[in-house]
Amino acid sequence: MENIQNTDMPVLTKQDFVPDGEVKWCPGCGDYVVLSAVHGILPEIGKKKEDIVFVSGIGCSSRFPYYVHTYGFHGIHGRASAIASGVKIANPDLSVWQITGDGDCMAIGGNHFIHTVRRNIDMNIVILNNKIYGLTKGQASPTTPLGSQTKSSPEGTIEQPFRPGLLTVGARGHFFARVLDTNPKMIREALIAAENHKGTSVVEVLQNCVIFNNQVHAIVTNKETRDEHQIHLTHGEPMLFGANKEKGIYLNRKKMKLEQVVVGENGITINDIMVHDEKDLDYTVQLMIMRMHPPEMPLALGVIRNVDKASYNELLHNQMLNARKNSKYKSFEDMLFSGDVYNL
Amino acid sequence: MAQKTRVIELDQVVIKFAGDSGDGMQLTGTQFSETSAILGNDVSTFPDYPSEIRAPQGTIAGVSGFTVHIGHKEIFTSGDLADVLVAMNPAALKVNLKWIKRGSTIIVDFDNFTQRNYEKAGFKSDPFSDNSLVGYNVIKAPITSLTQKALEGMGLDNKTVIRSKNMFALGMLYWLFNKETNPSENYFKKKFKNKSILIDANTKVLKAGYNFAWNLQELNVSYKVLPVKTMPKGKYRNITGNVATAWGLIAAAEKCGLPLFLGSYPITPASEILHELSARQEFGVKAFQAEDEIAGICSAIGASFAGSLAVTTTSGPGLSLKSEAIGLAVMTELPLVIVNVQRGGPSTGLPTKTEQSDLMQALYGRNGEAPCIVMAASSSSDCFYYAFMAAKMSLEHMTPVILLTDGYLANGSEPLKIPKMSELPEIKTWLVSTDAKEYKPYLRDEDTLARNWAVPGMANLRHRVGGLEKQDIIGSVSHDPQNHQRMTDLRQEKVLRAIKDVPDVEVHGCQEGELLVVGWGGTYGALLTAINELCEEGKSIGLAHFNYIYPLPANVENVFSKFKKIIVCELNMGQFANFLRMQHQKFDYFQYNKVQGLPFMVFELKEKFIQMLKK
Repeated sequence: MENIQNTDMPVLTKQDFVPDGEVKWCPGCGDYVVLSAVHGILPEIGKKKEDIVFVSGIGCSSRFPYYVHTYGFHGIHGRASAIASGVKIANPDLSVWQITGDGDCMAIGGNHFIHTVRRNIDMNIVILNNKIYGLTKGQASPTTPLGSQTKSSPEGTIEQPFRPGLLTVGARGHFFARVLDTNPKMIREALIAAENHKGTSVVEVLQNCVIFNNQVHAIVTNKETRDEHQIHLTHGEPMLFGANKEKGIYLNRKKMKLEQVVVGENGITINDIMVHDEKDLDYTVQLMIMRMHPPEMPLALGVIRNVDKASYNELLHNQMLNARKNSKYKSFEDMLFSGDVYNL
Repeated sequence: MAQKTRVIELDQVVIKFAGDSGDGMQLTGTQFSETSAILGNDVSTFPDYPSEIRAPQGTIAGVSGFTVHIGHKEIFTSGDLADVLVAMNPAALKVNLKWIKRGSTIIVDFDNFTQRNYEKAGFKSDPFSDNSLVGYNVIKAPITSLTQKALEGMGLDNKTVIRSKNMFALGMLYWLFNKETNPSENYFKKKFKNKSILIDANTKVLKAGYNFAWNLQELNVSYKVLPVKTMPKGKYRNITGNVATAWGLIAAAEKCGLPLFLGSYPITPASEILHELSARQEFGVKAFQAEDEIAGICSAIGASFAGSLAVTTTSGPGLSLKSEAIGLAVMTELPLVIVNVQRGGPSTGLPTKTEQSDLMQALYGRNGEAPCIVMAASSSSDCFYYAFMAAKMSLEHMTPVILLTDGYLANGSEPLKIPKMSELPEIKTWLVSTDAKEYKPYLRDEDTLARNWAVPGMANLRHRVGGLEKQDIIGSVSHDPQNHQRMTDLRQEKVLRAIKDVPDVEVHGCQEGELLVVGWGGTYGALLTAINELCEEGKSIGLAHFNYIYPLPANVENVFSKFKKIIVCELNMGQFANFLRMQHQKFDYFQYNKVQGLPFMVFELKEKFIQMLKK
């Protein structure tokens, strides 16, 4: 996707979005990487500094608005989607970003999240998913893997975790990307794609909490295994991975299942490898891609779904224009004095 | 028909329409009141319906009622006991016998008074033959069968035919009270614009009812309630409290020049405000139906941050859910109007009934020290004004305002003297100038302590607010103990300083003497009527009725000290009385409380006051 660059836009730099004051995350926290990526892309999204708003709820990641020099609103636990929806509906010219965590967004804020996605409010939701409650010091979250021992699950969790991508699609979402906090370039590309997509864009960042859930994503991020356990998707390109891109994703039509195969083995050629289509309105295959998980399959990263659909804000704008055009009344005062009005 | 020319003039009359919840009694009552208003009466209405949409037919639980009080003199309540009851079935008769005067006229749809329906309504015997209706003027009208007869040959199915029987009853009442049928005929034309057969059918039935009454031997007199003369001259319209609230908010938005945003979730009895504002996109109103009460208020807070006049509307249980977010609006010092249409509680309580039991919740129902301005409307029509004023107070003091109305005001209707926009007070905002070069979020106006307000889109004024305590003036996050004390003091003092914009509480009736009646909100009409009647009887009694609750008006002590006794009357267990005990400790407060989901009756108030005066 290309950026819409307005020619009257002043040239902005990363420094324009770095506020005074220190950032108070733990040293080594994955949030720093996301913050730096955000600072980096904001000069490039074609918006004035004052037309960008960051909204958050409660949690470590929700301190984010204090660390970005834009308009910002640090809300209450779980409600960022609702607050951000109000901001965007009130002023659709703004670029609205919700920064949230797996607890804030998937537990207490789960209802607001699915309804925001369903409505397709034109905003970006960045979920910093460390699969743990960090700010309250280490309880299981809705994305904590089954069986994990945490402070609130000493014998291991007995709950199925949410997968944000599946929830997004289940809520009829049209944009989902998954990225790693170890790959700034990938974060950057996903954020820009999210901003360019009209409607609710959900970006899940697999983020490491060094204190309470260190190495939770290790199976994906470990140097030793990462080439085997990550696949980076590009729209229109064959889905290849591995150290030398020798492996690929193959659709077994008999079983209607995705499999990993090696190009050149068992008669598989490059033509047998699936080509990524983020634009397919039918989410069947995208769902299958989202569900892939190591060690059986590589984890899909990058923009998985990116489909154009009229946003809530666009539809509302049209309704409002029509309502004004078709109104029986010259003004509100005209309405007050119309209809069953009588003199006393 | 010479014997039927006798017309008796009445000062006021109370009519109750009652039937199954599917019988269209709300519409019949609304039509009668609209017509009476258009023809110049003062009117006040009170719909009383079950919370089930369609409870089992013919049962007590399914009875829906609509009371209309019309007057030649000014009236302030929907009336205590009815002079005329229209009962479409035995259950409607059974439920309402205790709400009508001895000797009143009872018109029944006699076709529905069958053995089976008597049983469903719990009548042990036929009330027409067992003396229980002796002393009433009972009119047994075969409304259903005459409606069927009137529509014979029109090719309408029986369901449609039966559905129009309420218009037969309406026609009878129009004759009985010498009303023209034109306003209702015009209503049919509007309502059934593309279905001329329904216009014809309803008109036919209406006229059949009118003519039936005219020809009926038992109705040998008719009545006339002349137009009201004492109300201020001007243009009026009949309006419900909920629509008046919605319109007051639109007026405020227009006056302050900000777009109106509503974030709301459907809840009885507040939903009509959401409906009305949803239908006003033409005036730039954005009404957002949220996924829950919390999202309703949080979206409004977001919209307020982005520079709208933001509102959320709800009823008791919803106010509970919004508590945390109200605290966020207190902390971020953003303007926000929270309209709470009170209903019977606690929990789900009595959703369709009225009560005043959310006062303490409005005043104190939040974590931390979180003061808000609290106001209350006192009549269906003044919901317009107080909604307007709630927005004005919120914007001018940069604080959330909770406006309390109730089910009685919200669903009831009365004439609103329509204000011109130019007659409404100006509303000032604290929006900073767009060419400001620097911004400190918690820099305040010295006088009101309202903070200055910058919104996204303004260059050079980027800033962050939120629920964490903030450093005075600059607005960075602060955990400093002294700063927290200072900010807490400032938020409190800011709300208290709004007293400068709170008008003195007026005293109705005697200005000093034996007994001061104190009330607030939706009980105004009943309290005023009671003390007016007692004053006419020479009793030493006055009424101080409050619309501004926090902060209270400045003259409270002065008013209270002029009476020997004070009685606080409210539809709860004594919440305002207890609040007054905290705010003005030097007085003793008697209480009169009622928690039945019903408004005060004038007669019960008078009884209590007379008893107090004797003590």
